[in-house]
Parts: sequence; structure tokens; C-alpha cells
Amino acid sequence: MLDLSKYQSIGTALKDALEAFSNEVCLIEVDREREKERLTYRDFKNRAQGPAKELQDAGFAAGDRASIIMTNQSKWLISAYAVFYAGGVLVPLDYKLTPDEQWQLLRHSGAKVLITEYPIWRQLSVATGRAAAADVRTILVTEAPANADLGGAQRWEEFRGSGEPNFVARTRKDVACIVYSSGTGGRPKGCMMTHENYLEQCVALTSIYPFAPGVRYLSILPTNHAIDFMVGFFGPFICGAAVVHLRTLRPEFVREAFSKYKITYVSLVPLVLKNLQKGLQTRFGELSPGKRRVFNTIVAVNKALTKSRPRLGLSRRLLKQVHEPFGGELRTIIVGGAFTEPQTLQFFYDLGIPVANGYGLTEAGTAITVNDLKPFRADTVGKPLPGMEVRIVNANTDGIGEVAVRSKTVMSGYLNEPELTAESIVDGWLMTGDLGRFEAAGHLQLFGRKKNMIVTEEGKNIYPEDIEAVFESLPVKEFCVFAANYIWPQRSMVGEQLLLALHLEPGQTYTEELRRDISGRNNKLLNYKRIHGVVLFDEDFPRTASLKIKRNVLAEQLGRLDRAIAFLPL
Amino acid sequence: MRTLEQTTQEVLDLASKHFNVPAGSLAPEDDFFKKLGIDSLQTLEMLSRLENHFGIELPDYEVQGVSDFRTLASRIQSRL
Repeated sequence: MLDLSKYQSIGTALKDALEAFSNEVCLIEVDREREKERLTYRDFKNRAQGPAKELQDAGFAAGDRASIIMTNQSKWLISAYAVFYAGGVLVPLDYKLTPDEQWQLLRHSGAKVLITEYPIWRQLSVATGRAAAADVRTILVTEAPANADLGGAQRWEEFRGSGEPNFVARTRKDVACIVYSSGTGGRPKGCMMTHENYLEQCVALTSIYPFAPGVRYLSILPTNHAIDFMVGFFGPFICGAAVVHLRTLRPEFVREAFSKYKITYVSLVPLVLKNLQKGLQTRFGELSPGKRRVFNTIVAVNKALTKSRPRLGLSRRLLKQVHEPFGGELRTIIVGGAFTEPQTLQFFYDLGIPVANGYGLTEAGTAITVNDLKPFRADTVGKPLPGMEVRIVNANTDGIGEVAVRSKTVMSGYLNEPELTAESIVDGWLMTGDLGRFEAAGHLQLFGRKKNMIVTEEGKNIYPEDIEAVFESLPVKEFCVFAANYIWPQRSMVGEQLLLALHLEPGQTYTEELRRDISGRNNKLLNYKRIHGVVLFDEDFPRTASLKIKRNVLAEQLGRLDRAIAFLPL
Repeated sequence: MRTLEQTTQEVLDLASKHFNVPAGSLAPEDDFFKKLGIDSLQTLEMLSRLENHFGIELPDYEVQGVSDFRTLASRIQSRL
């Protein structure tokens, strides 16, 4: 691994890594059962030179912004490196957003360059939002069919200048990436992450989960996500490890990849982990009673032998039939993006498959705490990573309060949002909005949220105000969307729901017709953004002088209602 | 060559079989997330079944943002 303390930027560190590990495999790309590509670090470097040169020839300079909207693949990482090489700022966007949402964020970020893939560009190029993002002048599209109309874009494969590009150095305090933690509605939250944020986070994470040549990371979480960007790109690259990309995430091909490519690490969201758990439980349930008894005994033995720390070699031998489908070399499943239920973590740990859960925020530079497995504690999110100061603010008598973080990994602020930044970073401490407590051994436990938002098991952060547009012109006096737990705190991080607070017109009643209207609009939202119920409120919503709803005051008023009676499921 | 109506019917039949719901209880305009109570991962599993049935390859991006059977069937139809 490179000594990152000597480096000023991601670009310089990656540049040296490509030289240091030139003969090692860095990327494997697989489409279903077909291996499409296998690149060494030398190949990777050669692939990135042309696009970096052409970007510079097109006038792309230090500090300019380039966005990537792509599914996980080699070209994502090659393009990102070309941007860093040219001194640019990367804006990784979620390929699952709608085209108009993507254009909105492109505009907000000030991106001059967009790098995307053909199926995504097909939708983006015809979306109405394009008109508002005229500053995006260079658009590169990968894998476009030969006769495709590219609507003003250029082919990525042909975008390569001849000659050597100039390496443009950046400093630790310069912005490396603008990462949108949420907010596709009125107030996009673009976290400005510096080179230092990434360098420091990488040092902290690799001290616990080391990468090295020969280690293979299976990249499933989207690379625009802070976790995959770190453990599926920067982390493995500066250690000479390999990243495996799958072009389809069908469960059967993911399963096959584990054994075919002898995967060492993988990151998953809790939903996928739970799905794996269900699959294994079904398999165990199909064993004959005799075999089941033997199996349960072996699991109990494994559990006893790994009480103080994981013993991978031993667990793999004891529970061969469980470990083999995972390729036999899996060291840890990293789970992130949302809260994971303790019983799921324990289930895997008892089988000898450690799951590294943790707690993080994009704003804090990915992870704040991780479970170091010494010993494994399913009921917590682990201890603060090296270099992270974590404290609990305004703790109640149970020791529960808001989690605050101070570290070199904390973002420099939200793009174009000085007020929001000042609310979030107070005297150098990032206020997370999550409620937690430290237990005696120094592990952090989480107890719900202070802020009006939800996180789904798929790792999606949803801010209620971002989904209100679909209820515009609903025939009621006024409405407002809330996270149910924001109104009625539950001390829980799972099963979060959204609700629609309604103030009806005088004399109006909540009819079946109105319910159907709401339900119909709700169905237009992506499934994970939908509201679960309605709450009726018969007073005027409190508003500011500029007539904006005072959400916190309204939430407090709604909180006086009895949830069991007031919450009407949709 | 199947018509879109036939394809839609076959998608509905397969989905009801795969998720063990009574035949005829699903309609083309139904939202499969809601009606079947499934998540995005289960949708991908259903997609694999559909691919095998129709003998086609349907890239993941083709079903991005699709949540009703009729649209899903039309995506399949365009690849038959």
C-alpha cells in the first residue's frame, strides 16, 4: 500500500499506484457469464491517457467539473481517473435518478462535462430538463450503437487525444468530488469532498480492512455511492488489489461471480444481505431432520470458537457447504448505506462470515464507525475509526443524544449552501441528525433520527420535501409530507415510513375518492419514495412570513396526536 | 409472433406463478411492487424467469423505473 501521508491528492496517489502495481490485475468486467475485459494497472493507465488528453484539448482545466452517470464498469473508473489526472472535480451522480433529476443536479453542480452510457443517454437526451443545463458542453457516451443518433454527444471510445496529457496537481484542501447525499427537490445537497477527506478516510479504512495485490473486491453498490467509491475504487487501487464489475445484478450472476472470481470483499446494502439470509435459511430448512441437527451442532461449535474474534480458516473448514458458494475466500461482507438489523449480522457471524457493519454519512467522508470484530457486536455499529472524534450532544438521562463528528474526513461544506453548511457543521463538528449513545466498551449504538428524513433498506436517503411535487393541486386546503418517526420518535432505525399530513377544506371529509386520488399520485413515485399513510389535521399549518410551512412546529403539533389512531394507512 | 396482449398475459401468468398468487388476480396496469409486495431484488429475479420464458436477454436498464406489468410487457415485446 502507498503511504498516503505523503500525498496531496487522489490523482497523484492513483498515478503512483498505476506505476507501482503495473503488472497486477486491477479490473475485471463481467456481463452475465461472459468476461468482457481484464485490465492490468498498466492497461488502465494507457486507457485513461487518451480521454485525459482530449479533455485538456477541449479546454477542461484545474477545478472544472465533470460528471459521471454510469452503471458500475471499467469505464467509470477510467473516466474518473482521467478527470483527476486533468485536475478536475468529479461529480458522481446516481444512475437510478430520473433524467430530469439528473439534469437538475448537473446544472446545480456546474458540470461542464458529462460522461454517461448509451441507454442512460437515450433517456437524458430527450428529457425536458436538458434545456436548463446548457453549461454541460462536452457529453461523452459509451457503447453507442454504430448508427445511433447521439443528439450532440460524442462517442467515449473515440474521445482520445494523441500525445501525453499534462498531469495537473491539486492540493489536499482542493475539492476532489461533489457528491449529492440527497435532495433532488428544491434543495440539492452537494457535499464538497476534498482530496484530504478521501486520503484520510482511505488510511483509516484500510487499517481495519486491508487490501493488497490478489485481493478481489466485488463492486455491486453503485460507484457514485461514497462506499463503493472508497472501497471499490480508491482503496483497492492504492493497494494494488482488483475490482470485479458485473454488468447485471441478477442474483444468479452475482452468486456465480463469488465462486468464479474468488471474491475477498463485497459491499452490500442491508436489503440484499437480508435476501441472502432468507436464501440460506430456506436451504437450511430443506435439510432432513438428522442433517439439520448435525448442521446446528457445527454452527454452535463455530459460534463458540469465534466468540472473541473471527477465525476464517476454521469456519471455512467447519462449514464448507456454506462457504463454498461464496467462493471460499470471502473475508468480510461490508454492509452499508442503511442500518442493518442485529439478527441479520449475528446470523452471518455465526456461520463464520463476518459482516462489517458501521455507520457513516457522505458528509463525514463515508464511514464514521465500523465494527472491528474484536469482538463482534451485533447490537452496535462499532467504534469510531482512527482519526474520528465522535461525541454525543445534548444527551438525555439515558445517555442518548445527537451524534457529532470532527475529523479530517468531514466535507468542506454543501455546494452553494453556506447557511445549510453552517447549520450542519457547528464549531468544526458535523451534526449528523442521528441519535446515538456510547456503551461501556466504546461502541456506538443508534436510536433513530432527529431529522425529517428516512433511509430505506436499499440505502436510499429520502427527504419528504423532495416528493411533495407529486401531490401538487391535491383538492385539499394544504398538505405536507413527513417521516413518521420525525413526528413520533420510535428509537428505531428500521421500518421507517413516510406520511402525508392533510388539512381539509372546511366541511370537506376524507372520502374514498380522495384516498384513491392520493394513492394514484403516490404510485407515480418510485416504489421506495411512496408514502404509507395519511394523517388528518384540522388546524391551519404554521407558516413563516414568506408562507413556507414551519415543518418542525407542525411536526410537534402532529406529534400530540395518538399515532395508533391518527395514522390512516393508504 | 406474439401480440402485445399475448405477451402481457404470459407475463401476468408467470408472475402469479412465481410469486404464488391466484391466477387471474393480477391485471396489466397493476403496480407489481405494490400488488406483489416485492422489492427491487425480487423484481430482478422475476426478470430472469421472464427472460428464460421468452428466450431473450433484457438488460437491467430496460426495467429501470418500470413498475407496472403492461410497461414491462412492452419492453419484452420490443426484444422479441
